[in-house]
Amino acid sequence: MQGNITLGFYVPGQSFIHRLDPRTKILACLAMTMAVLFCNHPAGFAALSLVTLLALGLARVTPQLLLGILRPFGIFLVLALLLQLLFTPGRPLMMLGPLQLTREGVHFGFQLLWRLVLLIISGSLLTLTTSPLMITAALEDLLKPFRRVGVPVFELAMMMSIALRFVPTLLEEAQQIIRAQQSRGAAFTRGRLVQRVQGLVTLLVPLFASAFRRADELATAMEIRCYRPGANRTRMHQLRFHCRDYAVLAGTGVLFLIVLVMRWWG
Amino acid sequence: MCKISIQGLTHIYNYGQPGERVALQEINGEISPGELLAIIGPNGSGKSTLARHINALLLPTCGSVTVDGLNTADPASRWEIRRRVGMVLQNPDNQLVASVVEEEVAFGPENLGLPPEEVRQRVDRALSVAGLVEQRLRPPHLLSGGQKQRLAIAGALAMKPSCLVLDEPTAMLDPAGRREVMQTLLNLNRQDGLTIILVTHFMEEAVLADRIWVLSGGRLVMDGTPAQVFRCREALQKIGLALPGPAELAWRLRNCGWPIPDGIYRLEELVTCLVDLLTRNRSGGSS
Repeated sequence: MQGNITLGFYVPGQSFIHRLDPRTKILACLAMTMAVLFCNHPAGFAALSLVTLLALGLARVTPQLLLGILRPFGIFLVLALLLQLLFTPGRPLMMLGPLQLTREGVHFGFQLLWRLVLLIISGSLLTLTTSPLMITAALEDLLKPFRRVGVPVFELAMMMSIALRFVPTLLEEAQQIIRAQQSRGAAFTRGRLVQRVQGLVTLLVPLFASAFRRADELATAMEIRCYRPGANRTRMHQLRFHCRDYAVLAGTGVLFLIVLVMRWWG
Repeated sequence: MCKISIQGLTHIYNYGQPGERVALQEINGEISPGELLAIIGPNGSGKSTLARHINALLLPTCGSVTVDGLNTADPASRWEIRRRVGMVLQNPDNQLVASVVEEEVAFGPENLGLPPEEVRQRVDRALSVAGLVEQRLRPPHLLSGGQKQRLAIAGALAMKPSCLVLDEPTAMLDPAGRREVMQTLLNLNRQDGLTIILVTHFMEEAVLADRIWVLSGGRLVMDGTPAQVFRCREALQKIGLALPGPAELAWRLRNCGWPIPDGIYRLEELVTCLVDLLTRNRSGGSS
């Protein structure tokens, strides 16, 4: 099994983006997402694209890696483009059988495509350069104010980090169960759909049974070490903002504002 | 330091409900500070149930358990008892909480609400005691079984406990992992004076203890030094336990008429004894 199976394909590194505080990255990603969604001006798109390109460079993302990120979304992107191209009413450019290509279709189609690409890239930049653990810690910190209104932020963060911790363990276990069941003649990859679904049941039932057993034991192990929900925990790793974080936050903030201004007054 | 006293401890699962089952009956005993106590017994004899009473995971149906004078039945002292009595469970995969080794060790101190610098210090110290400094940034699921159990021990040590209870910590390990874990435990007991209570079904591990408790059917049937306990071959056999290899060999040789003294259970002792006998025989025969 791969060493670092994590959600969102975290790639460890030491680039500028890697070293940013995870809270900065989450906030910046959020600002970029909103900016991309609000943007409707070519100049805005140019600015956003430039910033995204800059971020890719700073994160040392190679073109191959970039392609790897976008490939899984390929079909989805093409489909979205085609639907916009062919089904937007407006001034016709050319006829394709019963369908017609319109000026507006081309405009909105490519705008949508570009939006999606920018969204995917900025989201991926976050997960590529930040370990799930850091994302959890950052969310815990950012959501802290919601504790006041009774949201169990620490407990939710704990649940998330435990879920992440058990991803590799359960994957390994699933592999083992698959092998055990295959050795007794279970069909996971052949036969008709019904048979495959039945095969899946023989995987899921033991997997769930063991997950519950694990959960029970883990709860004991946490209690042994004085874990009390609601009690005041501290953190060994304290998140700290540096100059670079303030710079990045200010930069993305300004960009976001510019996009907004262009939308409503441009 | 850590004095544990158990008085008239009886535990009944599902007490007063259908499926009631007596797990422990009238256990009495004291564990002194710095002692290495092994608890052995066949499956279902109540070893784990007893172990879980020492840090208030389970509470007595009758009788009492006190740790340094703190009663486990008192809710106010429960968390202090859990801090003082660290515990390591059998399955290394199910007791690790975090996805980085040093975060795992930090989990306990963080729960105590200690300041970050203090947590850092304790983590570094516990990792070096457990010999895991080089692995500190790795994910735990990539460690070997022995390393995972040493990590669990480090996690317990970071709470600065005065006593460590281990519930069959080596049952799921290979021989190398078993040796690593036992060596770590011996060092902690001999050098740092930590009280250790080791639940085990490996006689080779029980041999290393200062004292052995033998449980059978929920009762404490023997309490003595390894030499005393392993002298009672028949009694042990009756409850389904075998002697450790060297003790068994000594017993068989004795049965064949070899003049081997009682109470030998360690390999080194047996070897010295046999070498002694053989040289004496040879020199006796030649002269």
